[in-house]
Amino acid sequence: MNYDWADAGGTAQFILHTSYFILHEVNSSPARYNRSIDWVTVLLYLLMVGVGWLNVYAASYSPDAPENPLGSLGFAQLMGYDWFKQIIWIGTALLLVLVLLVIDPKAYDTFAFGLYGVMIVLLIVTPFIARPIGGSRSWLELGPVRLQPAEFAKFITALAVSRYLATINMRQQNFRDQLVLAGLTLLPPLLIIAANETGQALVFGAFLLAYFREGMSPLILLILAAGGVILLLALLVPKLWLVLAFTIILVIVLVANRRALRHHLPVSVGVWAVVIGMVFGVDFFFNSVLQDHQRKRIEILLNPSADPLGVGWNVTQSKIAIGSGGLAGKGFLQGTQTKFDFVPAQSTDFIFCTVGEEWGWAGTMVTIILFMALLMRVVYVAERQKSVFGRTYGYCVASIIFFHFCVNIGMTIGLAPVVGIPLPFFSYGGSSLWSFTTLLFILLAIDAARKQDLERH
Amino acid sequence: MQYLEGRKYVVQAVFLAVALVFATRLFYIQVLDGSYKLAADRNTLQRLVQPPYRGLIYDRKGQILVQNTPVYDLMVVPREVKQLDTLRFSELLQLPLDEVRASLQAARKFSRVKASPLVQNLSTPELAAIQDNLIDFPGFSVKARMARSYNTHSMAHALGYVGSITPKLLERPQYSKYQPGEFLGITGLESYYEKQLMGRRGVQYRMVNVRGIEKGAFRGGEFDTLSVAGQDLHLSLDSDLQAYTEKLMAGKRGSVVALDPKTGEILVFVSAPMFDPEMLSGKGMGNRYMELLNNPEQPLFNRPLMATYPPGSTFKLVNELVALQAGVVTPQTGFACNWKLVRCTHRHETPTNVGIAIKQSCNPYFYQVMRATVLRGRSSNRFEDARLGLGEWRRKVMQFGLGEKLGVDMGQEKKGLIPSPEFYDKRNGHHRWTFRTVYSLSIGQGEIGITGLQMANVMATIANRGWYYTPHFVRSVGQSGPLPEYNVRHTVGVDPIHFEQIIPGMQSVVDGNGGTGSNASLLDMGISVAGKTGTVQNPHGEDHATFAAFAPAQDPKIAIVVFIENGGFGGNSAAPLAALVMEKYLRGQVAPWRHRWEEWLPGSADRFIVRRRH
Repeated sequence: MNYDWADAGGTAQFILHTSYFILHEVNSSPARYNRSIDWVTVLLYLLMVGVGWLNVYAASYSPDAPENPLGSLGFAQLMGYDWFKQIIWIGTALLLVLVLLVIDPKAYDTFAFGLYGVMIVLLIVTPFIARPIGGSRSWLELGPVRLQPAEFAKFITALAVSRYLATINMRQQNFRDQLVLAGLTLLPPLLIIAANETGQALVFGAFLLAYFREGMSPLILLILAAGGVILLLALLVPKLWLVLAFTIILVIVLVANRRALRHHLPVSVGVWAVVIGMVFGVDFFFNSVLQDHQRKRIEILLNPSADPLGVGWNVTQSKIAIGSGGLAGKGFLQGTQTKFDFVPAQSTDFIFCTVGEEWGWAGTMVTIILFMALLMRVVYVAERQKSVFGRTYGYCVASIIFFHFCVNIGMTIGLAPVVGIPLPFFSYGGSSLWSFTTLLFILLAIDAARKQDLERH
Repeated sequence: MQYLEGRKYVVQAVFLAVALVFATRLFYIQVLDGSYKLAADRNTLQRLVQPPYRGLIYDRKGQILVQNTPVYDLMVVPREVKQLDTLRFSELLQLPLDEVRASLQAARKFSRVKASPLVQNLSTPELAAIQDNLIDFPGFSVKARMARSYNTHSMAHALGYVGSITPKLLERPQYSKYQPGEFLGITGLESYYEKQLMGRRGVQYRMVNVRGIEKGAFRGGEFDTLSVAGQDLHLSLDSDLQAYTEKLMAGKRGSVVALDPKTGEILVFVSAPMFDPEMLSGKGMGNRYMELLNNPEQPLFNRPLMATYPPGSTFKLVNELVALQAGVVTPQTGFACNWKLVRCTHRHETPTNVGIAIKQSCNPYFYQVMRATVLRGRSSNRFEDARLGLGEWRRKVMQFGLGEKLGVDMGQEKKGLIPSPEFYDKRNGHHRWTFRTVYSLSIGQGEIGITGLQMANVMATIANRGWYYTPHFVRSVGQSGPLPEYNVRHTVGVDPIHFEQIIPGMQSVVDGNGGTGSNASLLDMGISVAGKTGTVQNPHGEDHATFAAFAPAQDPKIAIVVFIENGGFGGNSAAPLAALVMEKYLRGQVAPWRHRWEEWLPGSADRFIVRRRH
């Protein structure tokens, strides 16, 4: 290494010294983590962060820049590059990991509701004290660091709902308990929507998967899925056709059950009425509830070629970038669509474009396989928890990561509406990297401590 | 709660299902669907075409005729034009205010953000005059380009001109590589040899970012090519002789074509009235083109290739050659100058052999020669006999390159017309016509049509005693000689002996006592000219004068046809003009006693008309 850290200022030095200190401390503490920590997850995490950084580097790399920027640029200039700042975010994230592992995991259980309360206050306060950035007042500024409380709301809510589900006597079949759970889950996203960060709010829908594992009636999932399908149909198919189709289905159901007509008639007709109501409610929802840009994003999803230079620009260019990668990609730093700014937000929300363009289908497959491996591992880790709290939290982690994976990659290839949420561990950004790191490593800390729980009990 | 553990498989299945959908979708857009790669290239690749250096044109003696000079187009990007003072601007450009306004309107209509030419073809001095002030007019810029410039004021019809490609041409597949506004040869040699003159375009691929800013060469210039200059053309035209001939043809309508019979090379190619090739280049070219187009004298009409006239008496030679080859007459055959068959030109001695007949241009004689060729009793039906005979006769005449395109290296060439039996069937009805209907053909009148170039080629064929090379303008493309088709010798199916039998008659036309073409005699310089006069009856006005000849008779070096519209008797105007051109070519100069002709010939054709008393 031929660069001088003195140039880079004290920050890096501080990171080095601190990490040395903490490592030393952890090593000298009773070796409780050495063996019991889930190294497979850690490895996957490091791989994803590493691969993510390579792509952030490629996305923010400029052919005009000096060949050896670390040697020739000063710290302030380097801070102008996303890839350099991402090094600092990764470094601090690793520090965060050490801190998380040092904390006694029992604290998460104990302080779950307390943290939740603090977070709710923070979410309420944020829109009033934050400066507007990109149309939303959701970023808090602490000196040079900008944080988005919404990012951290995810793992804190995950802790709180896990804590609540672990409460003795709690039953998801119990209506009152369901209401409390729904309230706990829905309060943060409502506050986040108020700060105009709809994308981040939608993430909380992912908790349903965790609740499902913990005993929620599958009917709720099915009804929601059916509702989604009906909404989609209402947008795509003329309403008269739908009404006709559902009415025919109703008649068939009634004819098939004609012997017990008295029993079936009210339910069938009721369901039919709700469905028809939804079909006509879509218009109202679409035109009156959704904001203008949100409506357009959905329209673009349904008809991608409608306005390729306007609203459809992001998706069109994103698909071009990924699609032009071919089987093996254009090669590291060889991407043209991303490099020449055709793809917007290319190091944050659209980082997957760089993966697709420079590494081709091979690269996108590796990414998808990495995510699948991590998700399967997290489910595995969750399942081996002895406590409901730990298991629920594990499923929350998997669900949140899965939701980001789904929506982020889905939007870059035109399968989901454009929602501004990052790709976990890949996208540039301190808040998102820290929040996902925290999310994941709290689970690993809980997991590592499960044997001690056994020993203690 | 043990049963809930099974739900982990549901959750995992959901994860895997989504991953599978993504993998499939990605495989489709990344591997199967190629359109995204094209779209990516369209996004980032800018194709810069480097126009090649257009080939130069030289004359027979290596004098440069056409070359390239830099010219400048004043470009405008309408969106960037700010508060334009059109009055001041038009004063600066020295163009009428209306024209400037109209051009600006046209540019705005084309595109508000793309540059389009406002004034084209500014010369370097013209540019210098406005360049310093251009800074006051935002939105205007100057683009340099190479344009044609001429070292000659003659042969405009042969050279043709270069202009920007028309939308109509752009649609043709052979012009698919041309960009709108690009220049190419429109007429003449510039057009015929467009492919050779054009050279090869250089192409550079530049990468641009989303704002259109250049980001360097694509893959380090791997796919870039340099432009290759076009090939030079070496013409067979003699620019001095051409200029001399054009001077003589001044004020008239008509054509002069001279060939080197041994090679088929075109030495002189005049279409009168002429214009300066400079007129169709440089600033204001469009207006000057319209002037030429609307001129009632039709200077743009390429007469030697496009004007088909009845050839008149010069055609009697072809008629005679066909008959001699067919064996129906011999050189010693005599026919009476029977005015009942057809009126003769004048009273003359009885044509007891072909020599006298040619010298006197005896109409009844050649009437009877053709009748002998056509009516040979092929059928007992006299209508059918004439029909079969004319068909046979026509096939032989067409061997001389008549009635079809010769294949000269220039577009626009007309076929002419040697009427077929079917032609008369259609006009008069089947078996409703006999030799009496078509006899005018025997003396080169009637329905027959021949271009000046075709007649010149007939002269070259006679000079060669039976063969010709297709006439052509370009002796060499680059260093590689003429196009291959001009190295093919064509024979006309008449034995050389028959040519020797008519050439003495042609010589006596010029050099004999009382010959119709005596004004073309160069005997005083020891050059024997073989020729034939012609006076083409013209129902619309004065007769057209023609003279066709080659010299020297025994070792021909030049064959020439002069055609002067409304010039009256061919011997008076066309013959002396041909003589001057031939002498100039053969000797390099003209005898002093013929200088009076040089002064007399230029000017209107009226002077040649001798009013005859009837």
